[in-house]
Amino acid sequence: MKRPPAEKRSDAEPPGLPGCRTWRGLYLIVFGWFALVVLLLAAFSRFYS
Amino acid sequence: MNVVDWVVLVGTMVGIAAYGAWRTRDIRSLNTYLRGRPSTGWGTIGVSVMATQASAITFLSIPGQGFESGIGFVQNYFGLPLALIIVCAVFLPVYRRLNVYTAYEFLGRRFDEKTRLLGAALFLLQRGLATGVTIYAPAIILSTVLGWRLDLVIVFTGVLVIIYTVTGGSAAVGLTHKWQMAVIFGGMATAFVVLLAKLPADLGFSGAAHVAGALGKLNAVDVSLDPSRRYTLWTGLFGGLFLSLSYFGTDQSQVQRYIGGASLREGRLGLMFNAVLKIPMQFFILLLGALLFVFYQFEPAPLFFNRAEWQRHAEGPAASRLQTLEAHYAAAVGDTQAAIRAWLEARASAHPEAEGAARAAMVAAHQRADRLRAEAKAALLAVDSRAKTKDSDYVFITFILSKLPHGAIGLLVAVMFAAALSSKASELNALGTTTTVDVWRRLRPLAADDEARNVRVAKRFTALWGVFAIGFALFAGFAENLIEAINILGSIFYGVMLGIFLVAFFLRHVGGDAVFTAAVAAQALVIVMFFSLNIGYLWYNLIGCAACLAFSLLLQSLMGTRTPSGAVRGA
Repeated sequence: MKRPPAEKRSDAEPPGLPGCRTWRGLYLIVFGWFALVVLLLAAFSRFYS
Repeated sequence: MNVVDWVVLVGTMVGIAAYGAWRTRDIRSLNTYLRGRPSTGWGTIGVSVMATQASAITFLSIPGQGFESGIGFVQNYFGLPLALIIVCAVFLPVYRRLNVYTAYEFLGRRFDEKTRLLGAALFLLQRGLATGVTIYAPAIILSTVLGWRLDLVIVFTGVLVIIYTVTGGSAAVGLTHKWQMAVIFGGMATAFVVLLAKLPADLGFSGAAHVAGALGKLNAVDVSLDPSRRYTLWTGLFGGLFLSLSYFGTDQSQVQRYIGGASLREGRLGLMFNAVLKIPMQFFILLLGALLFVFYQFEPAPLFFNRAEWQRHAEGPAASRLQTLEAHYAAAVGDTQAAIRAWLEARASAHPEAEGAARAAMVAAHQRADRLRAEAKAALLAVDSRAKTKDSDYVFITFILSKLPHGAIGLLVAVMFAAALSSKASELNALGTTTTVDVWRRLRPLAADDEARNVRVAKRFTALWGVFAIGFALFAGFAENLIEAINILGSIFYGVMLGIFLVAFFLRHVGGDAVFTAAVAAQALVIVMFFSLNIGYLWYNLIGCAACLAFSLLLQSLMGTRTPSGAVRGA
């Protein structure tokens, strides 16, 4: 079974998104977004309760 | 449904399937067949991961959940972004570095062949049995409300998905997912806009949201530590993290969606796309359900939304009782509507005491109506203990069929079928791939280098699983309690599976003999507990995983230190 060659040093490829130079930075941004969404949901519930 | 609806429905469904099969008909490469086109970008991967998870039940049941219990169910997804970050940072780089086709191939490289076969067998057993339910569950609802023959719906959806999944494998699945998700997003947005337009003119979105909130339908975040509450911030964070990690990290139907692609970056961004969008998407589907609840406070609402089930009993011995309940419910809905209007006026008058009294009256009126719905279900059960009393799955489809304009009805029914096909295609693709790579190639090692034969075999196994799914779905109609049994079966096996992978990634000193024995022992423990204890079956996910981890550590310490030669670099 022919497989394409395995990746080497693939971690070196940055996310390539504006304002996000490392993967760790991207994960922090996603985590921050998640926290913001939870806060917004809590605020939404409170506002309409 | 009229001709326009049929044209929209058949045109979108058959058109997407035919397009997927046509565009991928020339695939000869095993790598492309199993992992999709090598140039696949993060957008396609992200949409494909989302389409795999979103089954027809997502769009039929979740609005019903919002209608019945409010939007608190959204907390179930709170662990998902965290799980996806872990999969991106730990699981995916190793899968790509080892260049595997299946997650279980990784177990073979990290441990040994018997552990790989155990992982593959657990997946095939659990996903193989569940595969019929993916077709059956939406088919029973759609055939009930549309009056179609159940067996024809099952066979139509099953054959359609088999055609393009067998033809183009993973490439066809990814390609069709994009168009199916476009139909799904377009249809759901249409339903949302129509619903907002049909709310009373003086109410609008803000008024409707205030009514839903006052009646307890908009509590999205519950920080209570009460263990009896099903959905809280904590169960969502911890239970959701655990379930999402096992689903996205170890279930081949998801792993296959993101291990392909042009590079590790594309897979990672595809997963992060889901981490960002999944909670907002589920929120909007639940919000749609909560707004449907408000809509049906101002419109004649059926006492019981599964009208076929209701009519089946309305002409029997309980006829007069059911008619009485319907009359009482109509009066109760009228009272609730008047109480809501009174509360809105009191709220606008800015007198806190009047507002408080009006709110209490509104809540009391709503509770009376709710009690009548509960009495109706009890009345159905009294005449037929096997009556299907869960009618929330029928709320959204009832709205679609009775309130949407023609054309939009066809589009929304297409949404349900698109969702059924998208999740089914990923399952068949994963089952065919795992059977070929992890089972068949072990039995036919000499055929490993014959690429054309491998593709042919993968196609045959995919078709075989498709036929099995259709047969099982047809059979499920005769044994409905099988569906719950299969959901329970998933929880019984998922925990141990995640345990094996967590040992593989995080306990590097544990070897194959220890983890294999530990997994078998943990699985036996879970099965014994299942038959001897009376606890919620979701707990078996946690118990199976924890037992597998603990037994692995214990056995490895008894066996002595493992030689490092068996270790996989980077794993």
